[in-house]
Amino acid sequence: MLKFPIYLDYSATTPVDPRVAQAMIPWLTEHFGNPASRSHAYGWEAEKAVEDAREQVARLVNADAKEIVWTSGATESNNLAIKGAAQFYKGKGKHIITLKTEHKAVLDTFRELERQGFEATYLDVQENGLVDLSALKDAIRPDTILVSVMFVNNEIGVVQPIAQIGEICREKGIVFHVDAAQATGKVEIDLQTLKVDLMSFSAHKTYGPKGIGALYVRRKPRARLEAQMHGGGHERGLRSGTLATHQIVGMGEAFRIAREEMKTENERVGALRDRLMKGLQDIDATYINGDVEHRVPHNLNISFAYVEGESLIMAIKDVAVSSGSACTSASLEPSYVLRALGRNDELAHSSIRFTIGRFTTEEEVDYTIDLLHKKIGKLRELSPLWEMVQDGVDLDSVQWAAH
Amino acid sequence: MAYSEKVLDHYENPRNVGAFGKEDEGVGTGMVGAPACGDVMKLQIKVGKDGVIEDAKFKTYGCGSAIASSSLVTEWVKGKTVEQALEIKNTQIAEELALPPVKIHCSILAEDAIKAAVADYKKKQG
Ligand SMILES: Cc1ncc(COP(=O)(O)O)c(C=O)c1O
Ligand code: FES
Repeated sequence: MLKFPIYLDYSATTPVDPRVAQAMIPWLTEHFGNPASRSHAYGWEAEKAVEDAREQVARLVNADAKEIVWTSGATESNNLAIKGAAQFYKGKGKHIITLKTEHKAVLDTFRELERQGFEATYLDVQENGLVDLSALKDAIRPDTILVSVMFVNNEIGVVQPIAQIGEICREKGIVFHVDAAQATGKVEIDLQTLKVDLMSFSAHKTYGPKGIGALYVRRKPRARLEAQMHGGGHERGLRSGTLATHQIVGMGEAFRIAREEMKTENERVGALRDRLMKGLQDIDATYINGDVEHRVPHNLNISFAYVEGESLIMAIKDVAVSSGSACTSASLEPSYVLRALGRNDELAHSSIRFTIGRFTTEEEVDYTIDLLHKKIGKLRELSPLWEMVQDGVDLDSVQWAAH
Repeated sequence: MAYSEKVLDHYENPRNVGAFGKEDEGVGTGMVGAPACGDVMKLQIKVGKDGVIEDAKFKTYGCGSAIASSSLVTEWVKGKTVEQALEIKNTQIAEELALPPVKIHCSILAEDAIKAAVADYKKKQG
């Protein structure tokens, strides 16, 4: 039995795994103590739960539990890491580097630092979405203090060469931050070997609850930060605020499951993604966005030429997916990520991101393939662009009456 | 984006999809918008000897509101003279389809498409 709409938007957020939800509940009702309460058993048991969860998060990424700081999510972790490091090291220099394809939580934080007087470089990526390492090396200046590169891109799912970037940064003594919100449970992360100083995590992309995340802060060699949230001095002064025990327990359980089941899950999900990709590539004039090799197993981002994104989303409302964009005039910009790959606006307009997950079935994938075949056909019947292309018109040669 | 019943109806069952030969007798073709903007509308009218629009066809690359707007105007122009067709205003289209403010430009595009089709027709008449 199919349940509609079919959820294929696991990179936007995931459902909380029922095992995670079960683990969280007692920490809301029965064991409600404040983990910072040192004077009674309510506090002690909550503190133990928090520390156990910290251990689980650390284990997924092969770090030490002491290197994990709780936050409200990857947005906050990115803010704390980037602003915190830039402000701490500003005496050394004022230049910071990131990619044009980063999440807004990084890009907008960079913009804020520019307003504070830092100088930022936003690197182009290659056509496959991957950073060009020589361009990165060229961009580094004597006063560069921070590089921030995401592990896995949220739109196109490409996996950046974090190990190589880490080597480059470490050699030059530059702090290296990685937004790993989309990477946990999808790719191996080994912080004993990766030369990463700061790494952001979020629970809700990995079957945990929303509103909880963590920042990895390396101890050896030690990464230093200026706190962004002041108060009771929780989390060794790096992030004040009463810890949300139930959320933290949920993130710990979600990351434990990710570590234990990642291998089998990625095989299953990858097979479904490949099935979807094969099924959709049968359609004429389709383009896969982003490198296919260096990619997480659950992401497929594909453009269907000559149909417009918003009407496509409307046509396939039986599946819940993300669209690159809709018409610019409605002030919905075409995806800046796809544009950074050099995709033209039409293809950026007609892209769909399918992200598969733990609860996706083969039946759902097959239904989706069938639906897309039908609806793309219908929209192309309606499309003057498709008609022109069928008639042999080169669309680039047309003088459009832009408005 | 929540769509009105009428937009959904036109979107699900677009009226008068298709094309006339551009060079055919009495046919005026208007194409407005640009692929880079996310919308291209092609509207064609077929005008009888008496100056009345006998038939109309459209194809639209654009959002649901743009498709509905163009489908609607193919119905509206039929039976009108070309001069009457020019009186159709985007506000009437937007009102009929209950378009939200961000979608008003889809109706403007439909109005522009009528104007372009009529201009093409007139040009061909010489
Ligand atoms: C790459 C990336 N970074 C950061 C975030 C923000 O994470 P959070 O929702 O936990 O603040 C997201 C999720 O939208 C993401 O995909
Ligand atoms: S065509 Fe631009 S939003 Fe409708």
